[in-house]
Order: sequence, then C-alpha cells, then structure tokens
Amino acid sequence: MKGAPLIEIIKLSKVFSDAENRVVALNDISLTVHEKEIYGIVGMSGAGKSTLIRCINRLDTPNAGQVLYRGRDILAMDRRQLLSTRRKMGMIFQQFNLLMQRTVGQNVRYPLEIAGVKHAQANARVRELLDIVGLQDKLNAYPAQLSGGQRQRVAIARALASNPEVLLCDEATSALDPMTTQSILTLLQDINQRLGITIVLITHEMAVIRQICNRVAILDGGQVVEEGNVDEVFVHTQSEAGKRLFGILPEAPDEDPEQPALRIVFDGASAEKPIMANLIREHGILINILSANIRHLGGKSYGQMLIEMPAELEEKLTVVAYLESQGMTVKEVNNQ
Amino acid sequence: MRMEQLMQLLWTGLLETLYMTIPATLIAYLIGMPLGVLLVVTRKNHMMPAPRFNTVLGAVINFLRSIPFIILLVLLFPVTRAVMGSGIGTRSVIFPLIISAFPYIARMVEGSLNEVDRGIIEAAQSMGSTSWQLIRKVLIPEAMPSLVNGAAICMVTILSYTAMSSAAGGGGLGTIAIVKGLNMRQSDIMYSASILLVLLVQLISLAGSYSTKRIDHRN
Repeated sequence: MKGAPLIEIIKLSKVFSDAENRVVALNDISLTVHEKEIYGIVGMSGAGKSTLIRCINRLDTPNAGQVLYRGRDILAMDRRQLLSTRRKMGMIFQQFNLLMQRTVGQNVRYPLEIAGVKHAQANARVRELLDIVGLQDKLNAYPAQLSGGQRQRVAIARALASNPEVLLCDEATSALDPMTTQSILTLLQDINQRLGITIVLITHEMAVIRQICNRVAILDGGQVVEEGNVDEVFVHTQSEAGKRLFGILPEAPDEDPEQPALRIVFDGASAEKPIMANLIREHGILINILSANIRHLGGKSYGQMLIEMPAELEEKLTVVAYLESQGMTVKEVNNQ
Repeated sequence: MRMEQLMQLLWTGLLETLYMTIPATLIAYLIGMPLGVLLVVTRKNHMMPAPRFNTVLGAVINFLRSIPFIILLVLLFPVTRAVMGSGIGTRSVIFPLIISAFPYIARMVEGSLNEVDRGIIEAAQSMGSTSWQLIRKVLIPEAMPSLVNGAAICMVTILSYTAMSSAAGGGGLGTIAIVKGLNMRQSDIMYSASILLVLLVQLISLAGSYSTKRIDHRN
C-alpha cells in the first residue's frame, strides 16, 4: 500500500547559533514520506520536530542536507519554484494563525486570491471547503468569534484551498482540549482517506500518532532514534525516547521495588484473554500486583506489570512457566 | 474687535491650518509608510532580512527625527524655496512639515506593523505568498486598526507643528494666536484661536480611536 516517495529528507542538519549559544536542532536526519500516508513525527519538546517540519516548506533553512519534493530539492529552488511548491503544501499550526481582520470566508479565500483564482470560482470553492470542515454557517464570522476547534477547522479549510498534495501539521491539536482534538484528528483522517492528501504531522503526544498515523519517526535530541510503521515501532521500541513516549517507561526511570518481585513484559499478548485472572483461578496462587503500565493497541497488550514474588519457590516456578507459555517475558527483580 | 471679524479671522485660520495639515499628512504618509514597511520587513528574522540596510535606514530616520521642527523650518529655507517656489507663506510650510513628519510616521508605521503576529505571516508564507502579497494582503490589513490610530497621532503632531509656521511667514490658527493674540495683546483672539486648536486635536483623536475600534475584528 506504500505509494511513491513524496518527501525525502536526506541528511538534514540545522544549527541555531548566536554569539553565546549554539544549539543543534537537527542532526543528520533522513526520512521518507510516501504518498497518501499519514506520517507522524513525535518527540519531547526541544527534540527538533518543529524545526524539521518547517524545513519541509523552507520556513526554516537547514544548514546542510536536502529536502526532496517529488525528487526536486526544495532548498535548491529559486523563489518562484519555491512559491509554487509551497502552494502544493498546506500547513496548519498550533496557534491556528488565521488572519484576524478577515472573515472565515475571506481567510479560506486567501490562498485562492494569491493564486489569481477568479472571483466566482473562488466563492464556490470557499463554500465547498467550509462544507468539508463543517462550518458552512460561519462564512461571515470573524475568527475571534470562534472556538479553538472551529478556528483549526477554518485553518484546515484554508490549507486545503489550493488543492495541496500534502498537509503539514505543526502541533495542530496541542492547543485543543481532548474532545476537540478527537474531532480534528477524525477530520484529518477523513481528509487523508477521502481526498488522498498525504499528511505529515508533528506532535508530542503518542496518542495522536497511535490514533491516525501509519508511520512514525521518533525524534530525540535532533536525531531520528526510531522509524517505521506505527505498530512495529510500538512493539519493538528500543530507544529511551520511544519507551517514554509510549508510556512503557515512566517519565522518570522506573525504580525497582524494595521487595523481591517479578517483572512481566506484555509484548503483544492478546488483550482479550484475562491472563492474570486465569493464572489465579487455574493454579490457586494469590498474586499481588505492585504496579502496572499496560497499553492496548490493535487488540493487543503492551507494557509491564510488577507483581510481588510468590513466597514459595514452587509457586514462583508455576507462575513463570504459565506466563511464559502465554508469550510473556518474566524477569526476576531484586531477588537475593 | 467685533464678533463677526473675530469669526472671520478664526475661520480663515482654521482653513489655513487644515490646508497645511492635511496635505502634509497625506504626502508624509506616502513617504513614511513605505519606509516603515521597509524598517519591519528587512529586520533580521522577518520576510526580507537585510540587517545592514535596516541599521542604516534606522539611523538616518532617527537623525531626521531628532531635529526640532522649528530648526528644520529655518534650515530648510533654501530647499523649500527651490521646491515650493517660495520660502515663506502658508503653502511653503507644507514642505518642511513633510520633511519633519515622514521619519516620525515611518517609526509609527513600524510600530504598528511589528504588532502583527509572526505566526500569521508565516502561515501566509507557507501558502506561497509573494513578498508584495504578504505586505499588501497580510501585514498592512492585519495592522490596520493600529495604523489608523497611529495616523491620528501623526496628524495631531503635524497640526501642532503648524502652530510654529509663523516663523516662516505661514498662517493658520497658531499664527493668529501668537501674532495677533499674544504679540498684540488681544487675549480674546489668543484664547479663541487656542481653544479652536484644542478642539481640533480632540476631534482628530476621537475620530482616530473611534475608527480604530470600529475596524478591529479581534474581539
């Protein structure tokens, strides 16, 4: 289902420096976004993801490397080529960035205006776009009169006006409450599926990635530490940053408990089978759960659980054997 | 002095004041506005960075701004004569008014345009706007309420400069208040001309703040 490569980022580096400071925002980053996929770039704040997405349409200019759009280097383009390429890329922002002195309709019309689309044609297109984002009745409202979610919808309609091939989303849901975030994510997914528009989004929330992305790159310290299909990266996440973002590792390193314990790693076991309950019922062993951090993805469980060490050696062996037979990894912790 | 005569005098003064203020403001804006735009867009992280040009332009404007109007009026005398055909008179004063006001206007415009959120400009850039489109369709319209407010302030400043026009043989309410009122000890003329000036300033300020509120859609 992979389409042709649309955006290829090759060995991209960006350093911000002034007299006193030198900050490496991007360090030798390479990744490829294919047509029609939803590509997520995730990282903690300061990981360089915002700089990365801004290099795609050259709002920021990297110090080294290439950004190829359909094989053509954006960084080598002259002004005219850059402007016409930018018109094929819509972009939405955390703070919406609507023109505050223009109505909703006039905002959505802006990209059409600058592209010289005829008046009547532009009007029809504006209505069509507001229809897509469900704001037909707000044509003559001003952005100040809208809620955050509505503003982002206007921004999306505006970004779609020029019929872009790709939509760049710079923390598009970070300023929104959870319910509004859901509706915007659903809208983005719908746009991807119905209009076939490729989406590149950056976020610090793994939930956003898990909900709508096909592929993901995890950024840490200006570098791609992991990249691949969302499901695979989630299962096989190796990097510290990945584990923290997926919630497999707590934000702070997990401390081992004082008493002897067993660490059970759920690595894609079926979420439907009540494994712990079965263990207790079938073997009559009482289990004391110390802590658990389990996430569900595609009907499977991922994460870790810490249980108190059974007092008897025999019980312990039974527990370990049972869990391992269910496809889990069990490690002893703090066993003298 | 009879009431009728006084009214006639003030009416002429008012017209002369407006005759100096309005054209001077308009023409000074024609020069100051583009300079204000340049001061903003050539900043280091703005749309057309040209830091060295920006520094030089800023320094020249600051230099011009620091010359008091009354001194400029005298200094420019030969230039005014060459440009306006005569160095003295109400019409001639328009030239030094323009020279004195445009650097001030450039700074006012710069301030207004600087208030425009950088994110909005970036969004418009991301849509493939040319620099000219950014200036004309984003920067200026988004700053319009503040620009209108600034224009009222600039007009009041130019109006206050016209009060000194008597130094170059110009007319207007200021000249009436000083020459006919103060120097000739006719306090009725002095006060009435001054009050009229104050009212004019109030009117311009009110019109400015009213329109500013009226055209602003941010809340």
